[in-house]
Amino acid sequence: MMNLTLSQRKKYKTISLGLLSWVVALVFFFPILWMFMTSFKTELQAIAVPPLWTWEPTFENFAIVQERSDYFKFAMNSIVTSFGATLLALLIAVPAAYSMAFFPSKHTKDILLWMLSTKMLPAVGVLMPIYLLTKSAGLLDNVFSLIIIFTMINLPIIMWMLFSYFREIPKEILEASRMDGATTLGELRHVVMPLSWGGIASTGLLSIVLCWNEAFWSINLTSANAGTLTALIASYSSPEGLFWAKLSAASTLACAPIVVFGWFCQKQLVQGLTFGAVK
Amino acid sequence: MKKLLLSMFAATMSIGSGSAAFAGELTIATVNNGHMVEMQKLSKQFEAQNRDIKLNWVVLEEGTLRQRVTTDITTGGGQFDVMTIGMYEAPIWGGKGWLKKLDFNTDYDILDVLPAMRGGLSTGGKVYAAPFYGESSMLMYRKDLVKAAGMTIEDNPSWGHIRDVAAAIHNPQDGVYGICLRGKPGWGDNMAFLTTMANSFGARWFDEEWKPQLDSPAWEHAVTFYVDLMTKYGPPGSSSNSFNEILALYNEGKCGMWIDATIAASFITDPKQSKVANKIAFAQSPIAVTTRGANWLWAWALAIPAGTKQSADAQKFISWATSKEYIELVAKTNGWASVPTGTRTSTYNNPNFQKAAVFADAELKAILSADPKNSTLEPTPYQGVQFAAIPEFQAIGIAVGQQMSAALAGNISVKEALKRAQKAADREMRKARYY
Repeated sequence: MMNLTLSQRKKYKTISLGLLSWVVALVFFFPILWMFMTSFKTELQAIAVPPLWTWEPTFENFAIVQERSDYFKFAMNSIVTSFGATLLALLIAVPAAYSMAFFPSKHTKDILLWMLSTKMLPAVGVLMPIYLLTKSAGLLDNVFSLIIIFTMINLPIIMWMLFSYFREIPKEILEASRMDGATTLGELRHVVMPLSWGGIASTGLLSIVLCWNEAFWSINLTSANAGTLTALIASYSSPEGLFWAKLSAASTLACAPIVVFGWFCQKQLVQGLTFGAVK
Repeated sequence: MKKLLLSMFAATMSIGSGSAAFAGELTIATVNNGHMVEMQKLSKQFEAQNRDIKLNWVVLEEGTLRQRVTTDITTGGGQFDVMTIGMYEAPIWGGKGWLKKLDFNTDYDILDVLPAMRGGLSTGGKVYAAPFYGESSMLMYRKDLVKAAGMTIEDNPSWGHIRDVAAAIHNPQDGVYGICLRGKPGWGDNMAFLTTMANSFGARWFDEEWKPQLDSPAWEHAVTFYVDLMTKYGPPGSSSNSFNEILALYNEGKCGMWIDATIAASFITDPKQSKVANKIAFAQSPIAVTTRGANWLWAWALAIPAGTKQSADAQKFISWATSKEYIELVAKTNGWASVPTGTRTSTYNNPNFQKAAVFADAELKAILSADPKNSTLEPTPYQGVQFAAIPEFQAIGIAVGQQMSAALAGNISVKEALKRAQKAADREMRKARYY
């Protein structure tokens, strides 16, 4: 290694980093790949020891899931709650983050930290109060209650991300717009939002993914009508009997829309995760 | 924009709303297992016969189901009209007035329901849940391996004999382990099995003053024997194994013996699922000093929460789903080997069922011999074979199960595990002001 030229060292470094990235990516992707493969196995093949790598694929599990569950109802609930909660959260977070980024008070930092600290509370700790409140409001098994809860649980992270994006906008631009007579709302609509559109979009995408994957509240607050795809997956776990293949098929069907969605939006997602609050 | 937002709000409210069931609409909470799934399919016939009743199904994982129905029933959420509950919950919830008493007409033939099931789902002489399927526990073993080792297994063999058979058939090089038993922590997992084993060693959970007895010599003998047996002749990683994990091993031909729920017999003798379907024999559970409580008793049963407004329809549905006619419907649709067992005498008397289910006699014998009111050698103040039917037991069972699993994994000694278990149980019982 000592005799290598600078360009050779660079080349080895690039190759090593590339290999490491592939290994890390494969480790992360492996459970999804395994789930996908298992969904095309029979129950007996799914539990085979040692695991099967080659087999004759079957679509039987997908047919069973389709027959037993109304997939489209669950999927529609997932879409409505994910997009609804994201829209509501953005409606609240954009003006709040704008205010905190451009007109900070001495408590702004504390408020932001306090908001983030609510994420540290285990969800089950507030199950009973939330359940009772939802019941009193007559919103048990209703997607509207899920939208409100998803909004609340994602609001801190959305606020932080938007706050970080807005802080990157030079204050001089805002001052110039004010000089031109822009009102606060006009400044937000015509200056701040167009300048940070990429950031808002990536924050929204991340929120959609987080809402889509939320399981605790979906399972606990819904029954026959408002269950999302995570509730559908949970229903395929069985205490007595083999269920891995059917569970994998249900999981594959539940993941598919968001994976496709994420694939199309990966540029914005990566941008959101590398340029915002978590950079 | 305003119009768009308003229409989106309206659409949101209309999709997935309506938690309160409409008249004639029943929401049924159930677990995901073969018999329940079949009921869901066949319930279309019930709907066809009762056009004014529509059924909505909520299928949940067992632990989640318990949490959901408990939350719902204690807060009066009214999310469910029919609930699937177990033999642990039925007498407790019935006694607290959380469930409606079930009334059946003469056609239902309540006396045909196995007495053990009827008794376990009742309190104060009132039936609060109807068994959909029931089970006990028994020994399921590979007759080919036992025979090849020159051994035999009778009903209720001694635990010493089981250890000898396990030693004789244990052959990890060929991927066969002498015995597979539950080790995963949980009151319904390792503690269900371990309690029956401890019962047969003369142990009990509580004395007549409700003082925990986990530090008694009987518990120590039982757990020491269990850990030693599993360490020598069990599969690796047993502390993570429960019913499904062992079922997978057994179907692959990797377990010589297995003591677990009788429902397993229908899976391991099914050639579509099992590679050893034709090599299995059954015996009643092993014993040490007593047969009392050596095999458990459990039922998944249907009950009506007190808060429902649809109790008449719910009663109608339960009467249908747990009737003799339903069992015949399953037999007609899927064959007698697929009917829900462990509930009715008439099922076991049916020659077609006897022919189709090779495990029928062993299962019935196990169920009939389990007595939740007399399950320990020494007297106790509680009811239940593999559990004590008190609300505090869930928490105690989970805490004790974790210690037993740690002992099996070799992380702590059996003595230490039982000491910690005793402390945890004592704390819970004091907190609940039993003494």
